[in-house]
Amino acid sequence: MNTREKILIVDDEKIVRESLYHWFEEEGYEVDIAEDGEAALKKYEKLKFDLLLVDMKMPGMSGLELLSRIKAIDCEAIVILITAFASVPTAISALKNGAFDYVTKPVDPDELAHLVQKALEQRALRLENKQLKENIDEIIKPDNLIGESYQMKKIYELIHTVATTDTTVMIRGESGTGKELVAKAIHINSKRKYFPIIPVNCGALAETLLESELFGHEKGAFTGAQFKRKGKFEMADGGTIFLDEIGSISLKMQIELLRVIETKQFNRVGGNELIKSDFRVIIATNEPLEDLVKAGKFREDLYYRLNVFSIIIPPLRERRDDIQLLANFFLNKFSTAMNKTLKKISKEAMEFLINYDWHGNVRELENAIERAVVVGKSNEIIVDDLPFHVSSNNFPVDDKNKSLSAMERKYILKILNENNWNISRSAQVLEIDRVTLYNKINKYNLRKTAY
Amino acid sequence: MDIFVAPVKFSNALMLGDLIAELSRRFYSKINLIELPVNIENHMSKERKQYFSTSIIAEAINFTSAYDGKVILLTDLDIFVPVLTFIFGEAQLNGKHSIVSACRLHEEFYSGKSDDKILFERLMKEILHELGHNFGLRHCLDWDCVMHSSPGIEEVDIKGNAYCNKCLPKVEGCKQYFH
Ligand SMILES: [Zn+2]
Ligand SMILES: [Zn+2]
Repeated sequence: MNTREKILIVDDEKIVRESLYHWFEEEGYEVDIAEDGEAALKKYEKLKFDLLLVDMKMPGMSGLELLSRIKAIDCEAIVILITAFASVPTAISALKNGAFDYVTKPVDPDELAHLVQKALEQRALRLENKQLKENIDEIIKPDNLIGESYQMKKIYELIHTVATTDTTVMIRGESGTGKELVAKAIHINSKRKYFPIIPVNCGALAETLLESELFGHEKGAFTGAQFKRKGKFEMADGGTIFLDEIGSISLKMQIELLRVIETKQFNRVGGNELIKSDFRVIIATNEPLEDLVKAGKFREDLYYRLNVFSIIIPPLRERRDDIQLLANFFLNKFSTAMNKTLKKISKEAMEFLINYDWHGNVRELENAIERAVVVGKSNEIIVDDLPFHVSSNNFPVDDKNKSLSAMERKYILKILNENNWNISRSAQVLEIDRVTLYNKINKYNLRKTAY
Repeated sequence: MDIFVAPVKFSNALMLGDLIAELSRRFYSKINLIELPVNIENHMSKERKQYFSTSIIAEAINFTSAYDGKVILLTDLDIFVPVLTFIFGEAQLNGKHSIVSACRLHEEFYSGKSDDKILFERLMKEILHELGHNFGLRHCLDWDCVMHSSPGIEEVDIKGNAYCNKCLPKVEGCKQYFH
């Protein structure tokens, strides 16, 4: 949106005009208001608005009449009508007279936002011969996608090749190699970048939940569903859906998935309305799907539908050249976040890092550096600060620094992180009151570092 | 510049404490808890059984001249503006006041399962979002940015929980936040 799109709101009710004005202003549009049809026409003759929102029922010139007068000036003009429930039949006839659509008062904000966006997009496509194919030789990388090794450069090339297409991509690699970062890189380098990339961890959800998670549900679809919720496929409209751990979904869900991917249509749970969504599919797996197909655990037709273009991310131990770069990146990230002065990694410590096997890959390295920054005392990380034989997620009890306060500090940090820094809950777990916990946080200078 | 948090029919004191603690970590600014004598029943729409947020803010303005900074109203009430079925929050663009409603941020209304952690995350996002409008920010195209538009609960959940590097400098007193 370089030049802001111009919207004219026409309604005789002041509070309606004002609240719509305010709402669209925040959306980033250039907004103007008119209190009746005459005023609207005057404004429209001076300035061609991209879109008009017009109340059906106004004293003097009706919304319908304004619609036809506007259309007479510019048949490409986009008019969305606002109607009361009672005037829906009239609104439908207005569609025949060239209205883009109508909304019934009161309208769901996401429905209105979506409708306006859709209308303006169609208009933009019609008006411009939109072929501003930017020539990007390099891909834009998400912050954490790091590596200059030969293997990673190969991956950047693959991302570059596939990003601008709408091809389904299968990303393979051990866990912790950064499959979601590659997916994100593909998305932000595609034409879908202004729409979201929606991640779904198929392994983390029970089958019953997966269905409403993926397809959404209507109000009242089950006990407690007081409001409707859109599913991941609907959210991915215009963008990308990223299905992680695809190998873990049941055969029943595989059938549904295949159908949605092929038709791009589905129903919300408890609903009859057919929802259409335009999404790109990126999937990731750390297990060989071929084996699952042979074992009858993964449908062959779905496998072929998904295995169009694949990107294999090597484990960290096969691209040791990148370890130094990654370690320094994480050091910088965590020492800034924790307000520490640690600026470098000692030669011995770096040697250890480079030679370690990293079965948990980049994520394990990241955790190791985070921990080193937490325990690090001087301005450089030394071998003792690293968790040698400790698996990265465990609380290290065999630590060199055995002073009681050092242990307390680490333990409190662990509990805080486990509880997402919810102070009340952490205090409960620690069996101390909130004030004591606040004091300890200040005393040990603890900071939240997200993962 | 200080930030003033004013609960108006907001009953969860624990949550309030957590929100203030989190805001204090996110901002250099002082975060203050204040009380405003807003008479909420003046703003209820009888046919909609909801509260008109613009009108709540208009009343709140009468009581805030002594507070030098941004004033954010927190409520459990279901709020709306005409034409829209509901809103999560409203702010004066480039102004001093905003309001955030927890009503439709409760997970139990969607899945039937109450979850305070999710509610906290959503409330923080919407508070930061409305504050951003107070500092003149409009909606941001970056999905990782808390200023991304969120007309529905799904967008609230998808968008990030901090300002992007483009938006952050506009928000006075806000620290850099690491994901
Ligand atoms: Zn907003
Ligand atoms: Zn932003």
